[in-house]
Amino acid sequence: MDKLKFAVYWAASCGGCDVAILDINEKILDVAQVADIVLWPIALDFKYKDVEALPDASVDVCLFNGAVRNSEQEHMARLLRAKSKVMVAFGSCACFGGIPSLANVSTRERIFQRVYQDTLSTTNPDTVFPQTTCPVPEGELELPEFYDTVRSLEQVIPVEYFVPGCPPPVDLICTALDAIATGQLPPVGSTIASEKILCDECERERSEEKTVRQFKRPWQIIPDREKCFLEQGIICAGPGTRGGCGARCMKANMPCRGCFGPPLGVRDQGAKLLAAMASLVDSEDPTEIAEIVGQIKDPLGTFYRFGLANSVLGRVKP
Amino acid sequence: MESADFQPKIIGFLCRWCAYLGADLAGTSRAKYPPNMIPIRVMCSGRVDPTFVLQALADGADGVLIAGCHPGDCHYQSGNYRAAARYALLLEMLQQFGIEKERVRLEWVSAAEGEKFASVVAEMTEEVRRLGPLRWNRTEAVAP
Repeated sequence: MDKLKFAVYWAASCGGCDVAILDINEKILDVAQVADIVLWPIALDFKYKDVEALPDASVDVCLFNGAVRNSEQEHMARLLRAKSKVMVAFGSCACFGGIPSLANVSTRERIFQRVYQDTLSTTNPDTVFPQTTCPVPEGELELPEFYDTVRSLEQVIPVEYFVPGCPPPVDLICTALDAIATGQLPPVGSTIASEKILCDECERERSEEKTVRQFKRPWQIIPDREKCFLEQGIICAGPGTRGGCGARCMKANMPCRGCFGPPLGVRDQGAKLLAAMASLVDSEDPTEIAEIVGQIKDPLGTFYRFGLANSVLGRVKP
Repeated sequence: MESADFQPKIIGFLCRWCAYLGADLAGTSRAKYPPNMIPIRVMCSGRVDPTFVLQALADGADGVLIAGCHPGDCHYQSGNYRAAARYALLLEMLQQFGIEKERVRLEWVSAAEGEKFASVVAEMTEEVRRLGPLRWNRTEAVAP
């Protein structure tokens, strides 16, 4: 049998997903045994023209990590889509937009202004901003176009499978790789994780009725190691987040931040979390209610930390 | 575009026990109010998931009205308190999205308050008309 052909690509991402693939340790040797890697920019020296030269649908699987924020990433997403039989959105950024999509609170113009002009360490007296083309004596230079809005992979190209996580945990990567290697793939559109919410796999103690009179920020409290974070007044994204991560953060005494995205059947993770947090408020007095929910600083950033691109509203009004 | 003939589209989520009956009373007592609000009957203001509000705005509504029972009168004891807390937090978040808080309104309307219902809808219609169309579905929210 011919070896499988694998591609791994990164777009708007931090590189953590690529490192997570290496975290499967010696299992990577099994992968090398069944598969040839045709593109993996962080680890191997292939060029884009090598990918362009491949016949369409000749790559068996592409693991695509990172969101799409510029024209180069969009080009590569479309190119790899054409070359790949199976496209996997790998990691929270590819799945939902991730941390990079928090930039959807801003615009290209404001980001450029901040980065190339306003920051204290920047000196730019001629107001030089990146251009898509730039004439130089040797010819014309090109840069990718920086978009106003960051998108998830699925908002750009059709995607077969989703492996969430920031980064995806090793056991889920292995599950996905095994499924690919043995050809026993789940139905198209599946997310390789739990179908339940995170709270279902969290081992912390909880009572029937949760009530909060004060939302606490991290510096205001040393969390109890055994008790549900929400019952301590600490914002935890568990009720609005898909399980499957093994509650790793909770075991390290950190509340969930929501990197596995919305659970099955939930359209908008942020709205779900907003409803869940507001429902904890233990007051019937309008002034007091406003005061308690007012303790939640930056609800948009907190509830859409990993999913602003995929949210119903998608971005802040430009 | 914010001309006087702009007709705002307002989605109203009305509690089946109070506000919806208030709307009925407004009708039977021939109270006059603008036709811009499209009512959707829900079992309780507490049933209104914030997703409903966001989806309405994203799909072309210019405003959303949520109307339920007065505090203490909820048919399910505490649904309207839940609605109140979610609404307070939702307003904070909507403003971060750049959506004016006047576009989403929570009101308590009892089954006996037909007049109040009519004046709430009239007032809100004018307020949203003044703000102009939201046009969220036509912003470049998804296309770069």
